[in-house]
Amino acid sequence: MASAIPSPRLERRAAPSAVASAVVPFVAVALALVAGGIVLWAAGEPPVAVYRAMLDGAVGSRDGVAETLVKTIPLLLAGLGVAVAFRMRLWNIGAEGQLYLGAVAASGTALYVLPDAPAAVLIPAMILAGMAGGAVWAAVPALLRARLQVNEIITSLMLNYVAILFAEYLVHGPWRDPVGFGFPGTPRFPDAAELPQWGTTRVHLGLAFGLAAAGILWLVLGRTRWGYEIAVAGTNARAARYAGLPTARNILLVMALSGALAGLAGMSEVAGIGHQLQRSFSPGYGYTAIIVAWVGRLHPGGVALVAFLLAGLLVGGDALQMELGLPAAVAPMLQGAILFFLLGGEALARYRVTWRRPTPIPGGPAPVVEPG
Amino acid sequence: MDDVTSLAFLTSVLAAAIPAATAILYACLGELLCERAGILNLGVEGMMLMGALGGFAVTVWTDRAWLGALAALGIGAAFGALHAVLTVPIGANQVVSGLALTLFGAGLSAFLGRDLVGRAAPDSFGRLHVPLLGDLPELGPILFRQNALVYLSYALVPALWFFVYRTRPGLHLRALGENPGTADALGLPVAALRVAYVVAGGALAGLGGAVISLATNPGWTENVTAGRGYIAVALVIFAGWNPLRAAFGAYLFGAVEAGQFRLQGAGVPISSFFLNMLPYLFTVAALVLASRPAARRRIGAPAALGQAYVREERA
Amino acid sequence: MTRDAAPPAVEMRGITKRFGEVVANAGVDFAARSGEVHALVGENGAGKSTLMSVLTGLYRPDTGTVAIDGRPVRFRSPRDAIDAGIGMVHQHFTLVDSLTVAENVLLGRQGQGFRLDTSTVERELDALGERHGLRVDPRARIWQLSVGEQQRVEILRVLHRGARILILDEPTAVLTPREAAGLAAALRGLADEGLCVVFISHKLDEVLALADQVTVLRRGRSVGTVDAAATDRRSLARLMVGRELLPEDRRLTPTAGTPARETVLEVVGLRAEGDRGRPALDGVDLRVGAGESLGIAGVAGNGQRELAEVVTGLRRATAGRVVIGGQDLTNRSPRAVAAAGVAHIPEDRLATGLVGGLDLAANAILRGYRVRPLTRGPLLAGRAIARFTDRLLDANDVQAPGRSTPAGRLSGGNQQKLLLGRELDGRPRLVVAVHPARGVDVGATETIHRLLREQRAAGAATLLISEDLDELLALSDRIAVLFEGRVVGEVESATADHEQLGLLMAGVTGQPGTERAGFDGVPIGLAADG
Repeated sequence: MASAIPSPRLERRAAPSAVASAVVPFVAVALALVAGGIVLWAAGEPPVAVYRAMLDGAVGSRDGVAETLVKTIPLLLAGLGVAVAFRMRLWNIGAEGQLYLGAVAASGTALYVLPDAPAAVLIPAMILAGMAGGAVWAAVPALLRARLQVNEIITSLMLNYVAILFAEYLVHGPWRDPVGFGFPGTPRFPDAAELPQWGTTRVHLGLAFGLAAAGILWLVLGRTRWGYEIAVAGTNARAARYAGLPTARNILLVMALSGALAGLAGMSEVAGIGHQLQRSFSPGYGYTAIIVAWVGRLHPGGVALVAFLLAGLLVGGDALQMELGLPAAVAPMLQGAILFFLLGGEALARYRVTWRRPTPIPGGPAPVVEPG
Repeated sequence: MDDVTSLAFLTSVLAAAIPAATAILYACLGELLCERAGILNLGVEGMMLMGALGGFAVTVWTDRAWLGALAALGIGAAFGALHAVLTVPIGANQVVSGLALTLFGAGLSAFLGRDLVGRAAPDSFGRLHVPLLGDLPELGPILFRQNALVYLSYALVPALWFFVYRTRPGLHLRALGENPGTADALGLPVAALRVAYVVAGGALAGLGGAVISLATNPGWTENVTAGRGYIAVALVIFAGWNPLRAAFGAYLFGAVEAGQFRLQGAGVPISSFFLNMLPYLFTVAALVLASRPAARRRIGAPAALGQAYVREERA
Repeated sequence: MTRDAAPPAVEMRGITKRFGEVVANAGVDFAARSGEVHALVGENGAGKSTLMSVLTGLYRPDTGTVAIDGRPVRFRSPRDAIDAGIGMVHQHFTLVDSLTVAENVLLGRQGQGFRLDTSTVERELDALGERHGLRVDPRARIWQLSVGEQQRVEILRVLHRGARILILDEPTAVLTPREAAGLAAALRGLADEGLCVVFISHKLDEVLALADQVTVLRRGRSVGTVDAAATDRRSLARLMVGRELLPEDRRLTPTAGTPARETVLEVVGLRAEGDRGRPALDGVDLRVGAGESLGIAGVAGNGQRELAEVVTGLRRATAGRVVIGGQDLTNRSPRAVAAAGVAHIPEDRLATGLVGGLDLAANAILRGYRVRPLTRGPLLAGRAIARFTDRLLDANDVQAPGRSTPAGRLSGGNQQKLLLGRELDGRPRLVVAVHPARGVDVGATETIHRLLREQRAAGAATLLISEDLDELLALSDRIAVLFEGRVVGEVESATADHEQLGLLMAGVTGQPGTERAGFDGVPIGLAADG
């Protein structure tokens, strides 16, 4: 490191350049499309035709838009959950498990707790159960983090598998539909448990949950004392302690809210789409939600926008499969690429590249935690 | 075969456990290097998938499985380098970068491998019966009638253990993850070493993927790793960043995986789902124990794991 | 011995080092010989650490030369200095906790071998430790060792790679008196074997007990090198502080005719531990009345930070009481302390007192966001917050583009004025201010001092912690000096003189002429028998 040769250095700026911050997401998406295009072209597929087919599939028709909205719902709800946790620098990557547990709790309510209740009772009960399920599941890593300083990244990730396996156990075992065959699942929910759908489309009431949650969260984060406490704790934990903010309590509350939103996503999937609990009903919504939150800048409005965009990407990927016989996996490939370019771009917004010799370090070096 | 208490049953479970565990073991050893250096890489799944696909594709082109395995190493390394560049010099969020890598690898492998699905493997790593050792009672079938990649892992585990605990570069590696500031002050090239270990970790993850596509289930299907990459990440912590314990954990996991089918076949009323949960629950428990300050120091947990290292500059 | 004939082991001439505007070293000369223990003394900011960083290759001087054993050298990195036989023992150890002693020693060696030869190193360390009275189990892991043992590891590491020039940065700062005595014996032994030992210190008793030669730095310049046997602590203290204090007419004079003030802050027998678990406060007693300002002087690291933190609820007291306004607030939460009317201007404004990434409004309401009119039920009252912020910025002369600017973008002085304005808003009963004007420009300093004087005039009690004697004299009625976690003396600002303060800060007590009886501090330096 201490060579005499000038080397490129990244110099940290005090704050990211404002212009760069605003432009980066758009540039990242454009570059990812270009990079994806190169991959497509190299693999012998016409990039323009592929992108057009995806665009057509996602928003080119009424059905396409409807399907994109359907997939927006879980991404939006779980993405909001991830965003609220990330805002306090709680790296909850357990949205997938929380989503499953929310679905399990809602299904149990519909099938076994209140099977004969009218919709006006059953649906609110399922909402509450779903949110409680997700919140409880998120409270486990939260408690471990607040009380025992256990890293929440790994624990929340591990609990995803436990939750998924638990759901699989239920649909293969005690909750299995005795007359169902083929794909393992519970019996169909009572009619009262179905979320109303919009006209003849599959767009269901969950969209309203998502939009309401985004609006409420925007209010809570920006306008309330609690939102202010989250902002302070997420920006400078020492200042939060200095000002006497209840950090341990807020870790629990924020993670519970995060899990509750993911649980609501799970509830709305089973009540709005599946009408039963099925094995692997979520194609990784909880993981994609992390990207949604990150690309959406952890802002409820941004999350809503990005959830719609990524849902369109998913629907477009499905369309590719049907139209061109290509794997739907083009969608996650592009999602991954967008994230890479965004991460790189954010860093460039925060750094200046200069060419010079490294100078010695005064006062001894120290590790610096990367602030989100 | 149906008597679950018989020695023959246990032997058959363990003999199946080892190849099942080997893919995870390679990935786990790779992540271990990476985390010891202080970088968390949640992209193991993506790197394994790319390794599995690349290994299989090269085998299809060249008819030689060993060339495929080499290609898997290279492809894994290249994807590791992507994570390394983003997280080390640029200092991007390691969690998000790793997830991006998994998504990207999963998507890209599914897309690029679209014509290879269902293709028969022209060559693969078949079972090699080691003379004499393979004829030992019980141990022979369990340990010495396996494929070449399994034998390679037998060598790699103690070699890595020796590297980490008994060599000078291994000492540097241990310092790197725990106290990069000290490593820097002592003149170690922190950034370069971190990049190197993340790349090496990627190579091993790629090879882990190739174990699946070239040995245990020769062939390619979308998402063939089925979450083994995340299990590898969990096992690293379960193992306390120790290669020997990583092997133990991987085999334990393999035994659960191999045992569950056989147990069900034998009509044992334990749900495989709960058995399958055990490794994850163990990992959470291990993490809780390892998070006590005293244990943290005794185990040598990389204290700086997940943190970008930036030199403090005087204004 | 031909001690004077040989060239000095270290000779630094005309060393100048600037950091931006700040001149840390201005033409410093320094020389130390083999076989001697050489102390480098001076106040905080005198340039001791910078000078030693030049010697150890961490900084390159702007001008000046360094010669080792008479040969000119140019260090481009710490490695070069190590190769030249220079070894540094930092105040903050650079050891890896989970590794063994031997492994840590090996970590610093640039060997060729691939295999770790721990057993050889362990034997060598056993022998080395035995010879120099620095025994440590080479197989122990660092986290199992006491701080004193860890320091021995640092020294052994330097000796093991064959250093002939040993530099220690405030080596006794982290040690118990017994450990310090052991260290002193070991250092003397090393010098007797022909090593050159340089140590940075501000404890005069320790310097006089241990050193052969003493070099005094003041404000980036060397004031001189004296023979330790031919000087005393009084003249050393004079050399160290060595400047005229604030003229008496600019000092604070106690408000006349208010003899019996109501006690606002009372600290009784307060004990607390520092970050590394070592005692930082060792039975502190203080009393500050309404409308009175008590200054706390002392060299950094003698318990000032911990005192402020314990009083404001940020650190646990292990014994003793903190009573504010008649209310026992010992070990209560920071929120409870603030609610009792305590304002806190912390040492590091951007790391603790402000949220640099959030805007000025968010920073302005950090204390008051829970109460009306800034809040209505669970909601923040946006308009009231805007008005409040504007008033705060205006009243405290904060130059800012607008209230939506992130606090981190303001200059240091404006950040501090914002912080002060927020803390002093709403008539605090007690103001705890730590280095309130550190690192801010002259204009901001004046504003900050004016704000603090206004609080005193309005009847608030002030606990002012500073290393700047002029600031203390200008703002305090009385000055208490902290040394090693104890109050070693208390003086009236109006009559304080620099020699007296300098001696107290250097841990020298019991001199005649100090006003108050009852400074019971026994100097915990190095006893002569060390």
